[in-house]
Amino acid sequence: MDKTERKAWLYLLPAMIFLGIFMVYPLFDVMVYSVEEGYNSASQTFRGVGLYNYAYVLRDPYFLQALKNTFILVIITVPVSTGIALLISVGLNSITRLKELFQTIFFLPYVTNTLAVGLVFMILFKKTPYSDGFVNLIIHFFGGSTVDFIEGPYWAKMCVMCFYTVWIVLPFKILILTSALASVDPDLYKAARVDGASKGRIFRKITLPMISPMIFYLIITGFIGAFKAYSDEVAIFGTNLNAAGMNTIVGFVYDMLYGDSGGYPSYAAAAALILFVIVLTITVINLLVRRKNSVIS
Amino acid sequence: MTQFELIGKKSRTGETVRKTATYILLSIWALIVLFPFYWMVLTSLKSYSAYNSEYVPKLYTTAPTLQNYTDAFTAVPLARYFGNTLIFTLVTTAVMLVVTVLAAYAFARLRFRGRNLLFTLFLALMMIPNELVIITNFVTITDWNMRNTFAGLILPSVTSVFYIYLLKESFEQVPEELYKAAKVDGTSDLKYLTRVMIPICQPTIVTIVILKVIECWNSYVWPRLITDDAAYFLVSNGIQEIRENGFGRENIPAMMAAVVVISVPLIILFLVFHKKIMAGVSRGGTKGA
Repeated sequence: MDKTERKAWLYLLPAMIFLGIFMVYPLFDVMVYSVEEGYNSASQTFRGVGLYNYAYVLRDPYFLQALKNTFILVIITVPVSTGIALLISVGLNSITRLKELFQTIFFLPYVTNTLAVGLVFMILFKKTPYSDGFVNLIIHFFGGSTVDFIEGPYWAKMCVMCFYTVWIVLPFKILILTSALASVDPDLYKAARVDGASKGRIFRKITLPMISPMIFYLIITGFIGAFKAYSDEVAIFGTNLNAAGMNTIVGFVYDMLYGDSGGYPSYAAAAALILFVIVLTITVINLLVRRKNSVIS
Repeated sequence: MTQFELIGKKSRTGETVRKTATYILLSIWALIVLFPFYWMVLTSLKSYSAYNSEYVPKLYTTAPTLQNYTDAFTAVPLARYFGNTLIFTLVTTAVMLVVTVLAAYAFARLRFRGRNLLFTLFLALMMIPNELVIITNFVTITDWNMRNTFAGLILPSVTSVFYIYLLKESFEQVPEELYKAAKVDGTSDLKYLTRVMIPICQPTIVTIVILKVIECWNSYVWPRLITDDAAYFLVSNGIQEIRENGFGRENIPAMMAAVVVISVPLIILFLVFHKKIMAGVSRGGTKGA
């Protein structure tokens, strides 16, 4: 090994140590945990090796609830947030005055502390004996009946959860779509206009195909992100998500690991790997759908 | 009026309508984005009794008070949470920068066997979700007796493959001739790195630092797992603690004052650097769904 080579490894050493201890080793270790049956974290012993942990997790009503919540969250927020982001980005792209101001405002939720702002949402949506809260005030104004969004019925809680998630993720999506829209070659639009194409047609035939890779990217990252939802839920419903009936898969993992219900790294590992498989499957399906579509067009 | 003029007029009216509709749509969303911020500032300025006597919450206050801010710093250890977060953010970002810069430099400039293979392996690590490795990391840090210490908070957060990738790309933009010239002059690699590469690639480094600072300031999951002693809480855990055990569940104005105090540093950072932050995030920051 010559001198430069030694130096290179020396420069890489810190990164490799950290990645080795906190990324590579855990990756294998988590698989080991997930198959150790009856693992006791105090004595660090286990009964045997098998798939019992997976079976246990898949039968646990809290996990099934978390699975259901997470799927509903994903199915609602990914299309809704992508749609709204597209609408807003197209709007942003069509104006010149105040464009930068709007862009800056829209990005603001990205830099805020989820836990802190979640508390504000909680207060806006909450109905207490002292006050119906701001959102209920608006609902009442439009003739609806008030409801406690934080400790009330399931669908009401789900509404808040989805609304907050969309609020939190939109900045990123708007940013990506606005820059994708701005990078479409203006000559294409000019040519289409010369040919007398209508605005709707231009949007469908030029804009959408040109930005579709970015929309696709947002849908995939959106799926992955929504499947990992956790902090936003804690921000609104508090740390005991099981009691609120609003737990997510990631929340289940942490609950198994730590806290009053914790001390079961094996169950946590099994749940985390189930999550990983779900996310991987959906990403692969997305990629396949995408490839099929691009072959057709 | 000729047919032609008529069509022209019609399309102009259509244009105006479209423009107005666009501005209305954008304003509505801007309102939805800004309203929670307005509400937290407003509520933090209302006195406890005023807030609780409003069955229909008012959109303004006639008697603003700073009492809640005093409470936020005296009734709960907000200053401590704040200081902890500051230490955590600064140290994590600084160590991350050293580790990342060194690794990126090795990948970008130094020749060694297996470089491409190793870099591919690094990139593959980007696909590993945090949720998967956090279980073992929790056990590791517990075994090392590092719960409720800054080391335990910081160590697992200092490497980012993505930032190594970003910096490597940036370092490779610097012409190789500069490196050769420096080598001829007998400049050492470390000196070349600190005197030439880092200054030239400063924009990328600033971007990385800002993104990391935001990430640190908002991190919640790892600190929650690794600290249960309030003396080591970061602001995210602090706010959760305040919510569940702090001023008493009903003192919403004081909670909002704490929320404002926690949010302000990042909002200032954002207002100063918004162009850089937005450019950096669109280059590959991701967050949530």
